[in-house]
Formats: sequence, structure tokens, C-alpha cells
Amino acid sequence: MQVEKNFEPTVVAFCCNWCSYAGADLSGNNRIQYPANVKIIRIPCSCRLNPMFILRAFQRGADGVILCGCHPGDCHYTSGNYFARRRMTLLFSMLSFLGIEKERCRVEWVSAAEGAKFAATMNDFVATITRLGENKKLEDLRCKK
Amino acid sequence: MQEVIKQKAIELLSSGKADRVLGWKEGEFFYDITPAVFTDVKEIEEKFVYNAFCGPNFSKYLVAESRKDGKIAVFLKPCDTYSFQQLLKEHRILRDKVYAVGIPCDGMVDIEKIRQKKIKGITGVTEAGEVLQIDTIYGKKEVAKKDVLAERCENCKSKKHVVYDELIGEEGDVLDSHRFDLVEKIEAMSEEERFAFWQNELSRCIRCNACRNVCPACTCEKCVFDNPASGIDQKAAADSFEEKMFHIIRAFHVAGRCTDCGECSRVCPQNIPLHLLNRKFIKDINEFYGEYQAGADMETRAPLTDYQTDDCEPSVILTKGDQ
Amino acid sequence: MKKISLEKLNALFAEIAETKALYLPVDTETGAQYQKWEEGKTLSSALNTVRSAKDFFFPQTESLVHFKVEGKKIEIMDVRDEGAPFVIFGVRGCDVKSFELLDRVFLQDPVDTYYQNRRNNAIIVSLACSEPEETCFCHSFGISAADPAGDVTAWIKDGEIIFRANTEKGEQLLAPLPLEEGGEAKAEEARSEIEAITKKLPLQNLPLEKFKAENLMDFFNDPKWASLSQSCLGCGTCTFVCPTCHCFDIRDFDTGHGVQRFRCWDSCMYRDFSQMAAANPRLSQLERFRQRFMHKLVYYPANHEGRFLCVGCGRCLSRCPISMDIVKVIKELGGERDAK
Repeated sequence: MQVEKNFEPTVVAFCCNWCSYAGADLSGNNRIQYPANVKIIRIPCSCRLNPMFILRAFQRGADGVILCGCHPGDCHYTSGNYFARRRMTLLFSMLSFLGIEKERCRVEWVSAAEGAKFAATMNDFVATITRLGENKKLEDLRCKK
Repeated sequence: MQEVIKQKAIELLSSGKADRVLGWKEGEFFYDITPAVFTDVKEIEEKFVYNAFCGPNFSKYLVAESRKDGKIAVFLKPCDTYSFQQLLKEHRILRDKVYAVGIPCDGMVDIEKIRQKKIKGITGVTEAGEVLQIDTIYGKKEVAKKDVLAERCENCKSKKHVVYDELIGEEGDVLDSHRFDLVEKIEAMSEEERFAFWQNELSRCIRCNACRNVCPACTCEKCVFDNPASGIDQKAAADSFEEKMFHIIRAFHVAGRCTDCGECSRVCPQNIPLHLLNRKFIKDINEFYGEYQAGADMETRAPLTDYQTDDCEPSVILTKGDQ
Repeated sequence: MKKISLEKLNALFAEIAETKALYLPVDTETGAQYQKWEEGKTLSSALNTVRSAKDFFFPQTESLVHFKVEGKKIEIMDVRDEGAPFVIFGVRGCDVKSFELLDRVFLQDPVDTYYQNRRNNAIIVSLACSEPEETCFCHSFGISAADPAGDVTAWIKDGEIIFRANTEKGEQLLAPLPLEEGGEAKAEEARSEIEAITKKLPLQNLPLEKFKAENLMDFFNDPKWASLSQSCLGCGTCTFVCPTCHCFDIRDFDTGHGVQRFRCWDSCMYRDFSQMAAANPRLSQLERFRQRFMHKLVYYPANHEGRFLCVGCGRCLSRCPISMDIVKVIKELGGERDAK
């Protein structure tokens, strides 16, 4: 795929309220840089992430989608992230089965204390998506400007 | 076999064991059979049939039928009993309102496959052992039954009835099927090939919703795709994205509950192999979380409402071969 | 009449395709479908396509107008295009008839200009059915499989294809093509052969006499609808493969920076068919099922001089997941079964 030189990907990060969203806050407070391409959407728990949200993010122009939640075992609701983990595994496997680049979606566990990990994860994910280029396989042409 | 089942239907109705009987009703031809609720003996005598074209799975009709007054008797092929039990497990069917009769099945014929053999103007079919003798406007033809079996019957997963009140014939066994072969073949393709394969298949979708409406696992009172508040209730797939969205989400909604009955592929007017999406989920569930067959029993927790603390991480996808 | 050897058919397609887009039924792994002709594609031998030919004039989805939103400014964009002339080759008699029935809906005042544009651009070459299927019942509606209408009618017989221009458009299409004169005798032979086969078809002469406007309430209140609609799944298969079903819905798609207003097929089998803010006039599947067949057999004929909104193509017979189709409805309500 031809990647434009100035390609700036749009990345949607779904962050759970209790760990990862606080982790993002912490990275901000500590002045740790991560790319502005990342648009954070706060959800109550990683388990709240309906697979449809991921697909719709792609439809509306996202080039990559990442889900961040509490570390397994640390879910604020005890077990939400365990369920999310199974769902995302199956969904990502299905997307790959349909021929969608498998690196476009990712799950990372980021705690409220891991501001640095949040920034590092986002830096790495944006770099990956920039390398992959624009999301063509799950785009909705009507939503393009 | 038809006579035995017919007599059973008459017996159930006249003895008062059941007030209604859900069975197959003959059509204009040999193959256009309609599911029907029979309430009188005369109608059963005249129109009840059971042959190699009785594909429809009755389980889903029982969701509504078991909520009506009186008891309904139903005939279930082995694979139908899985769907039936899965719905019982989800408390969608009222068990005490249903009298389930397990019936044997030698595999159902796909009329489309006969047509694809360029046999035109089919007016009648006679089963003679392994061969189907076909009467057409243009003369007699013959095909081997195994060449025109429905895909789901070629790869039959089980001849066992997992739930019934009464069984006609003998108890069968769970079979060793090759149903994941094609899924494996697609997994082995390159990413671009897989994309092209599904693009070609799904682009034919006309969003008639037949797959959804026939699916025994799709029993939501209101589907998300019909809900104007969902933002995705489009009546047609106006964009190639919407085709993918519909089928991914539909398959995902039934993942872990789909018994692989194959109705979705049977009804698709555009012959899209939709069962492959469901089988992919079944195969992944088996690999990641241990063997699981939806509908096989009443106790085991469904894989997506269960977890282990040491489940694999989603990143396992990245390292799983080229797939 | 004009004729050409079947061997030269592909060269003929190439010739037509040079000036106009040419569409024809092509065999695919999953049945025949209309496709744009290009080198290597050949005419299907199947009787009919899975999807009907109405797609050419009334596509499943179509953009009507776009709105671009910038702050408080809304810009309206007309997305209609004039289109260019195109040829549809190999349309069967039933589908040709469906165009006439659709015209009566879309070309009635107020004219649907989207439809009209495409209709004016089309040149239809119909093809007589040399091997009708058991599911065919066009004869019941007075349609001839042996001599279909269209701008040009074609017959295939003994390795030759014979053309007859029926309209000026048809003559203009045939005039520059390298065809030989003649073929009348063969066309006549083909016609009588097809008529002979048609007589043998099992679904000819359906009991349609009672389906008249004056019996409207009798049909509407017939208790048989309950058993007929009993196992209907409420999917849109029959409606979407039907060459004459033409209900549509108009919807807005929010693109995030504007709105695209589009029209798409609707199906009276769907539970949100004719849903309005207050309520839905048809709450049960029985009512929706009844609507479809009443429309085809009673309402439409009442408004269009007795013409039925069915052409007997048989697509719903072969595609309905539970095999409940218009033939069964006609026979059940039209009285043949009672007479037995």
C-alpha cells in the first residue's frame, strides 16, 4: 500500500473509567508526551465495549482502535475485563478472518498508576497504524470528506 | 419413515397428548415444503410429509408456539434438537408446553445443488436408495444423493438427539465431521486473499434478513438492526461497510450460542456461505477456551458468559500463523 | 428479421459494447446474475437471473440528494446524473413485462425522474425462453415466453440467434450490427416449440378469476390468511427478488459532515414497514403477509385496469426459505383446492 508522506492516522482509544482513563490523566499530569492522533473515549469498564463501537469507529474514519482496561484481576467490577478479553479475542480473530489487518485493533491493560505505560502504548500503537496506512478495508466512503 | 411419523402425529393429536402438531406440509412440487401447525387429523393424513427436502429447523417457531394455549408436539431431526436445547437453556421455550419427538435424518437434499447440475423443470423426485430419480419436463434424470446433499448434511456433526420426549428410530452418535476444513482453508490464505474472498461473498448480500430471521439463536424481541435508536437500522446495505458490519455483528451476537444448524446458509437467496462465519467462532472458541458445542447439554456455561483468569490475551491473534 | 450464428455472438457483444454499456446474464458459482459485458463473459444458459432486472431502473439503494453542513450553512447538492444509453441483453418475457408494471407506478404523475432517466436510456433486448422451468407461470398473466416484448426480441434456435426489432430504438440498435437478413421460419419454429412446452408446465392457468376489486373485502377477511402466513419468517427475500415489488423507504445517513438522503428497497414483510411516529398500521406478520399478496392480486389490479402485479417469473417459488409463495396463495384463496 502506498503510504502518503504526511499520513496522520486517527486512533480511537476506549479507556475504562477506573484504570486506563486515570492512567491517561496521569501521563498528562506528568507531562509525558503521546501523539495527538489518539482520541480517547471513556467507558465505564472495558466490558462496556460493544464490538459495534469498534466497527463504527472504523466506519467514521478511525484507522486504528485500541481498548485499555484494568489489568486482569483488578477490574473495578471484579470480572468485566475477563469478559472483555474473551470478546475482543474472538472479534479480532474474526476481523483477521475477513482479511482486515490484525494490527489495527489492540487491547492493552493500563492501570491508574501507569501513566508512562499509557504514553508508551499510544506512541507504539500510533507508529504501527502510521506504518499500516489508511484504513481502507473497513471504511465507509460516505463518511469521507 | 414418513408413514411412521405421520401415524405418530395422528396418534399424538387424537390421544390428546398434544393439541397441535408442528410438521412439514406438502407443496406444489416434491421439494417446496412448508412448516405448518396441524390441528386436525384429516389435514395430517392429506398433507403431512417427511422426506429429503424437509430442511427447516422448527426450534425457533417454538419460542412463539410454546406461549400459546395448549401443548404442541414437534418433530425434531438430530441437529434441530441442539437448537431446541440451546433455546431451552436460554429460557426462550417453555419446556412443559412442548412434546418433542426425535426423528431420524439421512441428510437433507439441497434443491439448488440439483439445479446447479443444469437439471431444469423439476416436477418430481423419487428416492431410490442412494440415487434420486428426478422427473422433469424435459425427461427423466438421475443424480447420486450424496452429490446434492446440503452442505450442513455433508458435514453432519451429529446424529444424536440431545433432548426429546420420545424417539422414533435409534439413538445415533456424535460424528467426526470435517466441518472446519473450509474455515482452515480460508485461514491459510493470505490476508489479501481472505479479504477478496469475503468481499466477493458479502457484496452479494441484499440484506433480506432471511439469515437473521431463520436463525434459532436470533430470538431478540427487537433486533439492533431494526432499532431506529441504534443508528445502524438501515434497510439496505448502502455501502460495502454495512454488509460487513451486519454479518460480523450478527455472527458475533450468536457466537457461543450458535449450534451450527446451517439454516443461515440454507435460506440465503444469494448463496453466501454464512455458516463459515459462525464456524470460525466455534473453531476459535474450541481452540482458545476448550471444546464447546452449543445446545449439547443444559449445564455448561456458554463461553462468552464465562471466563478463566488465565485465558489467552487478544494478542494471541498476532502470533497465530499468518492468520 | 435478422440473424447471426451463435458462434459470432461474442463478437456481436463486443460490437455493441463499443458504443454502449452492455449488460447480460452471466453464470456465476451461485446462479446467473446480470453483469456488465467485457471480453470473456458469455451469455448464461440459465433460464433466469437470481436477482431480477428491475435493478437496472430501480436499484436497491440510490442517493437522492446530499446536504453539506458547515457551521450554520447547509448546502444542497443535486447528485442526479443524466446517465448514458445502455443495453440489457437477454431479458425474459416476465421481466420485460415487469418494466411495464413498474412504469405505471414510477412514470405516473408526479414522474419519478430518477427512474425515468434510466428507463429512457435503456434498450431492452428480450430473449425467448427455450427451456422454461417448472416454477414458471407467466402464461397465467397473459405473458408469452415464446414472444416476449422489448425493443428487440431474440430467439435462439439451431445454433443461430434471430432478432426482431419492435421499436425505433430497437431498429437503431440493430442497424449498424453485422447481421444477416432472414430467420423468420426459424423464429416461428422456436415460438411454436416454446408454446408446446409452456402447455406442459404444471403451474399454468392459475385460478385468478375471483381476484377482482369487488371481492376486496372478502379476500381481506378470508380466514385462510392465518394458516398461509403462519410460518412466514418475515424476511425480505420474496420482495427483493421480485421483479415487480417496488416499495421503498427514504432515509438519511449522517456522514458526520453532512447528510446523504437515499432511497432503498423496503419490504412489507418487515416489522418496521410503514412505521410512523405514532404507530404501525400492521402489527402482525399476518397483516404484513396479507398486504403483500393483496397488493399484487387485488389492490394493484383495482388501480390499473385489472393488471396483476405479478409476472410469474417463479423467483419467489425457488427462493422463499419456507416455500410459501404466491402460487400457493392464489390456489388457496382462488378456490382451486376447495373444488378438489
